[in-house]
Amino acid sequence: MADLPPPVQGPTAKEKKYDRQLRLWGATGQIALENSHILLINSGPGVVGLETLKNLVLPGAGNFTIQDSALVDEADLGVNFFLEEEHLGGFRAEHTCNLLKELNPDVQGHFISEPVESWLAQPDALEPYTLIIVTAPIRPGLLTKLAAHADQALVPLFYIHSVGFYSHFSIHLPPAFPIVDTHPSPETTTDLRLLKPWPELLAYAEEKTEGLESMAADDHGHIPYVAILLHYLEVWKKDNNGQVPQNYKDKTAFRDLVKAATRTDTPEGGEENFEEAVSAVLKSLNPPEPSSTVKEIFKSPECVIIRENSPPFWVIAHAIGLFYTKYGVLPVPGAVPDMKARSADYIQLQNVYKSKARKDLAEVLESVRFLERNANLSTHIEEKDVEAFCKNAAHIKLVRGRPFHIVPAEGDLKFGTNAKSLAQKLTFPDALVPIYIAFLAWDKYTATHTLDDLARASKTPGSSDADVDSDTGKVTSIALKLVDSLVKEASYTIDEEEYDTVRAQIAELARELVRAGGGELHNIAALTGGMVSQEVIKVITEQYVPVDNTCVFDGVRSKSSVFKV
Amino acid sequence: MAAADVATLHNGSEGPRTRWKYLDRILDRPGPFTDPESFVPGNHETLEIAKVLVIGAGGLGCEVLKNLALSGFKDIHVIDMDTIDVSNLNRQFLFRAADVGKYKAEVAAAFVEKRVKGVKITPYCGKIQDKDEAYYKQFALIVCGLDSIEARRWINSMLVGMVDGNDPDSMKPLIDGGTEGFKGQAKVIFPTMTSCIECQLDMHAPRAAVPLCTLATIPRQPQHCIEWAHIIAWEEERKEMTLDTDDPEHITWLFQKALKRAKEFNIPGVTYSMTQGVVKNIIPAIASTNAIVAASCCNEAFKILTNANPFLGFPETDGYMMYTGDESVYTYTFEYKKKEDCPVCGEDALARPLQIDPEATLQEFVDSLAERPEAQLKTPSIRTTEKSLYIQSAADYERMTRPNLEKKMKDLTAEGEEMLISDKAFPMMFKFVVVWKK
Ligand SMILES: [Zn+2]
Repeated sequence: MADLPPPVQGPTAKEKKYDRQLRLWGATGQIALENSHILLINSGPGVVGLETLKNLVLPGAGNFTIQDSALVDEADLGVNFFLEEEHLGGFRAEHTCNLLKELNPDVQGHFISEPVESWLAQPDALEPYTLIIVTAPIRPGLLTKLAAHADQALVPLFYIHSVGFYSHFSIHLPPAFPIVDTHPSPETTTDLRLLKPWPELLAYAEEKTEGLESMAADDHGHIPYVAILLHYLEVWKKDNNGQVPQNYKDKTAFRDLVKAATRTDTPEGGEENFEEAVSAVLKSLNPPEPSSTVKEIFKSPECVIIRENSPPFWVIAHAIGLFYTKYGVLPVPGAVPDMKARSADYIQLQNVYKSKARKDLAEVLESVRFLERNANLSTHIEEKDVEAFCKNAAHIKLVRGRPFHIVPAEGDLKFGTNAKSLAQKLTFPDALVPIYIAFLAWDKYTATHTLDDLARASKTPGSSDADVDSDTGKVTSIALKLVDSLVKEASYTIDEEEYDTVRAQIAELARELVRAGGGELHNIAALTGGMVSQEVIKVITEQYVPVDNTCVFDGVRSKSSVFKV
Repeated sequence: MAAADVATLHNGSEGPRTRWKYLDRILDRPGPFTDPESFVPGNHETLEIAKVLVIGAGGLGCEVLKNLALSGFKDIHVIDMDTIDVSNLNRQFLFRAADVGKYKAEVAAAFVEKRVKGVKITPYCGKIQDKDEAYYKQFALIVCGLDSIEARRWINSMLVGMVDGNDPDSMKPLIDGGTEGFKGQAKVIFPTMTSCIECQLDMHAPRAAVPLCTLATIPRQPQHCIEWAHIIAWEEERKEMTLDTDDPEHITWLFQKALKRAKEFNIPGVTYSMTQGVVKNIIPAIASTNAIVAASCCNEAFKILTNANPFLGFPETDGYMMYTGDESVYTYTFEYKKKEDCPVCGEDALARPLQIDPEATLQEFVDSLAERPEAQLKTPSIRTTEKSLYIQSAADYERMTRPNLEKKMKDLTAEGEEMLISDKAFPMMFKFVVVWKK
């Protein structure tokens, strides 16, 4: 071929290495990942934290630091992949850090082997980190300190348990954690505005359906279905006092109208474009009403009042809120699904949607600039961020981060605002709330038991064979007390028979937890590390939707559950 | 550190199993959900002597090998025919940049053997199809982390075919994992007792292909231009060259072709990365999801062999876990019912109804078999009880039956007639009954 375009620059070495993940979170997600510095405060057998880090080092998280004061012992080698025999007796933080660093030369690894108490006592100890992961067991006082830092510095905090066949993690996110790039599934994103067409779209439909009845077969079979539906909507409106189809009955009648217009004297006995039109009726003829999630965002206090330090998300949300108030719809996203059509007709249709999207964007952008001036905003908002927001406005999400439960060594745990929904879920077979309660009881036990000869080190239930039965009894009774206080705090009435079932279940779960003696099974640690690392990536890249805010995995039945605490 | 260990350290005597302290708590202590009939406390031998096979040493395979080694397995075999590519390094953590080009199975086996003392890992760098029944029979179970549905179907039918009702040892559990982006699935199959890969085939329905006429005459999407370059332009202009999707020169050629065509039709969006994605059918993959799915598979393998807790796949119970991490975390664990008419594991392999357009040509029917969720056969050979319609398994037969491709289905078979379809990719026969499409 004589006139091929000039040779292209192939992908860079980095693009080649990260190709499979860049197809998920793109270059912006990758930059966010590379700018992160993740802290792991490790304890116990320490596997789940390292398996989490492994999945973050591989995709290129910029920096990680491991705080761990344990020395490598023989038992570590049977469960931890990032240690070798020659490390026995050395600092676990140092050796695990070095073997993790080997996985990716792009990543900087650091370690701290000083005990967590004295290290955390230093001012600014936590300052370098953009995200913190803590594994159980940890003393409640230290966890409280970390939660306070998360609150004050708006740094995401993850707390993980991995004990035997069970695991749990909770995420403490900032009070407003908004996500624009939620990656909704493609089926849910088609927004054609057939019930709110604008003049250019109507003109397009009219042009493409002109002389419909007498059209040549090949032309008829290539009318884009959007034009077909808009044409028959006009026909319908004439017979129905100018109203579009209102309800399911109307829509099915309208669908029959379109179906009847299909030509059947073709070689295939039908027409693909009309088939597409027919099957699009029920899902496309809905008023383009934003979801309650989106409307709630417009009503949030951060959205209503824009101040000079308002983050860009809220400024843009405010501007789109204004657009919605004015027109009753969100900006047109501009994407058109593929459909049977001639190339030129399809491209023309794409352009009709694109120019409308650009026009809506321009209007939103103008509001954003006005707000910037008016509120004397300290940061300049980039047009591409406004554009991305307009494109995905129907699918934005806001997670309201909040602290998770920390079981105090002294006194009782307050379950707080979500007590009622937690209590209700106690009896749901798949909610796995009883496992969560068993973990809280496990925390209480470790917070109140220490090894005799190492007074500061906490003791995990079941760590010696002789104590399995008595520890099971202790953890069970703590767990039952927790359930009682949850039910009481929630003022929730529970059927006595159901309550007995929950109690019996809790006793079994406590026994299974104590069976592990605080030990990790590598499979459950690896699986949980996979789950946590997915969540860390979602939080760092601000893409997809993270867990809000607690997740439990049951490795006996291979089930998971997410709920708010 | 637990009190007991402090004591042994002080005595200076470490038992031979100190390393497996955490694992042994699970193996030595029965739990509330363990079946007292099958769980033997203190049994460490089963794991040590069990020979397990890992199919695939890629994203899932690397994780599986590590997990099995750290679950106490000692005799592991691994099969993979692939060599290491630079795009593997973002998740296949047993490989380094210096390993690019080497065999995955060999590098992975050597790495895990070195890291976890006492485990023996035997690699085989080749195809699963190279091995016969005698080979597969030596394993206690098989963990499969493959990206190809063909290979999954092959090992599935092999394992189902091996089951001998009189020999309980002939039934080899198959644990299969797969991932795509933030999603994945892990399932346990007990050949002939539970549903098999073939029963579940509709879970792996292929993406509908774009009609050839769209590619040839009315492209609308950047992907249409890329497919045109891939399927049509290459055939026309570079017929003498075999397309190698790993050759950057080839991809660049396709990209430029697609770009030029897109320009002619004013279609925006063709990129090098998209060209590569479409041509190589790239599925996004990350370490996290591999970790979840592989660990779930190994957790089930561990439970099956030790009875430390109930496992997935026990007939009439859940056998399949789906994981979705795009929006929060959602898992769905369920029983996939065995299909009575499954061509691989069905009781009497009843002929299944197959809708056929009587006006379609045999060629069109052959092409459609690749896309039909219930068949997914790319190189089918088709017979009726009366005659051979099209046989691809041998060149002579192919030549003899090729003229039939032009004929209409209504002239070759009749409604209600039994149709036998085989495919050289699978050691089995599909039985269908012809039903005319109205
Ligand atoms: Zn089957």
